Amino acid sequence: MNSSVLQLISIRFKEFIREPEIVFWSIIFPVAMAWVLGVAFSQRSELTQTIALVRNSPSSDTLLQGFLNSSEPITDTTSKDTVAYLKEIENDKLGKTVYRFVPVRWDTALLMIKRGETSIILKESSDSLQYYFDPKNPDAKLNYLILSGAINNEKFINETGNIQTLTRAGTRYIDYLVPGLIALGIMNSLLWGISYTLIEMRSKKLLRRMIATPMKKTQFLFSHFTARLTLSTIEASILYAFSYGYFKISVQGSIVALIMMFLAGNIFFTGISVLISSRTSNSRVGTGLINFVSMPMMILSGIFFSYHNFPDFVVPVIQKLPLTILADSIRSIFIEGAQVFDIMPDFLILTILGLILSYLGLRIFKWY
Amino acid sequence: MTSQNRVNTGIVENGSVIEIEHVCKNFRDVKAVQDVSLTIKEGEFLALLGPNGAGKTTLVEMIEGLQQPVSGEIRIMNRHWHGNKDFLHRIIGISLQETRFIDKLTLRETLSLFASFYDIGQSRIDEIIELTGLGEKQKTYTENLSGGQRQRLALGIALLNKPKILLLDEPTTGLDPTSRREIWQILLDLKKHEKTTMILTTHYMEEASYLCDTIVIMDKGQILARGTLQELLSGNKTGEIIEFILEDNQEIPDYSFLPGIRKTEWDNTLRKCHLTVDEIIITLPALLEYNANKNIRAESLECRKMTLEDLFLGLTGRKLRDNE
Repeated sequence: MNSSVLQLISIRFKEFIREPEIVFWSIIFPVAMAWVLGVAFSQRSELTQTIALVRNSPSSDTLLQGFLNSSEPITDTTSKDTVAYLKEIENDKLGKTVYRFVPVRWDTALLMIKRGETSIILKESSDSLQYYFDPKNPDAKLNYLILSGAINNEKFINETGNIQTLTRAGTRYIDYLVPGLIALGIMNSLLWGISYTLIEMRSKKLLRRMIATPMKKTQFLFSHFTARLTLSTIEASILYAFSYGYFKISVQGSIVALIMMFLAGNIFFTGISVLISSRTSNSRVGTGLINFVSMPMMILSGIFFSYHNFPDFVVPVIQKLPLTILADSIRSIFIEGAQVFDIMPDFLILTILGLILSYLGLRIFKWY
Repeated sequence: MTSQNRVNTGIVENGSVIEIEHVCKNFRDVKAVQDVSLTIKEGEFLALLGPNGAGKTTLVEMIEGLQQPVSGEIRIMNRHWHGNKDFLHRIIGISLQETRFIDKLTLRETLSLFASFYDIGQSRIDEIIELTGLGEKQKTYTENLSGGQRQRLALGIALLNKPKILLLDEPTTGLDPTSRREIWQILLDLKKHEKTTMILTTHYMEEASYLCDTIVIMDKGQILARGTLQELLSGNKTGEIIEFILEDNQEIPDYSFLPGIRKTEWDNTLRKCHLTVDEIIITLPALLEYNANKNIRAESLECRKMTLEDLFLGLTGRKLRDNE
């Protein structure tokens, strides 16, 4: 490797380490995100759920009244009226949930649902107790099950002896999250690191100045790829090391397969970065283009939550997005124990697409 | 070649380093460069002088190989850009209009980066730092350099490969007079000690006349005149200038009958009279006598030789810089 390639690679590293903000967003932020999300979704903590309570004619001998009698009433200090009842339902498997029953009128209860302040309205009439909720809201469904069980003599709660909580490595939310964050890191590192840098160099006329020297264009682009590959490896390694140390996450599949997918992801996103940055010299247009490519994938590709929550007809489309392919493959290596053979189709798709996109990008690339 | 281009545009048969023949360049409907022909000899310092939009940068960028002419031919050291890129990049040094560098690289690192493209070692970088007087700034990030220092760095990069041909596009635009003089000094030293050929674009007439052997005046994509400063001013028989301001409440007189008058121009706002005459010594006594007889009171009387600015005004009807 001659000295101009080394110089070109070294300037990318110098630029990186001399901008503390870049170091923060590329390394510390993903680790912090893994930590926050991992802790938030992995630890059982006390939850408070608000329930809108509509009682037309409260009577003392109903099931509900019996249930509320065992709760803690909260009274207004001035009017001395009961404004809420707090009822704690605790289970060693499901954790502790505090239900806050707020007595309101029917129209106020509807408003609370619309504002997302509650997921269930509990309406007591003279002869029955009715639950109003959206059956598509999983939160509401769960609350219904727990509450109806608890109000009907806590039958449901007693049955949780059959529930086995999954906390083994590979089955937790954090196991799902970290491979996705690694894939997301590759995409962001390449898109912003290559596209934005190239567009900025063009807008500064630096690209034009450099091309007016004997510098080889291939060396120039190779330096960008090499530098970004190295940096994204460092970023992912730090994220993995943290996850391994803090959450005991480990790779259950083939390390070679992981390296291959990592490389394929870098090749693909280099290709798309070159294409994005091939024409414009306006960094605001560049930012728009990068967001146009990255935002849909960031939202849809199941980085933070499974894309299976989307309607069924969208799922096959989402599964074909490059970030989904990358995240799913890395995840399968991490938690399903996938081997080289398993990820080979995804590896080939991303690599070949990346090479095609690089070729197309370079064909239309505006050097000056 | 248009008839205007033929004026003062002599084609040099031998010893020419750059030959430009009937070059045209359009940007959509705009004719940026129209049928320009020019030759530059070895060691010649040539200024392309003209206002913004005259086509200077487009012409220089075609010489630099950064743009392709629509028609016509450009040969450098008798070679075309096609098939000779590597050779030509190695013998040319360029400085673009307002290049910005990588913000978080130091001045020395920036020079090292460009030096690596030419396989140039550290000793030449030291020479360039000394030549440009940037020794104290070599560890400064380029984003923290002043405009003048950045332009000196751009010039230093252009000189790294000891170029046979130096192409500088407005190297001192936007700089204060001191920074401009520093750049000029570097270029004058170069002229004294090296055999470098230089094309410099500028809209500062002082810069063109101070640095360059040959001045080419351009406007609207065409060459209007070419020659040494002396040739341009005397060869064009442009005459001499008498200027004065009339006191208020006086009618504007008619001076066209005075001896040796070529052209009379009035600035009605300033009440300023601008007379172009054959010779001051003939017209001035008659003017003073006429004013005395008619009781015309004039102030701020100024008599001077023609300048490049006047010549440009005469050729195009416009000033060199828009804000003047």
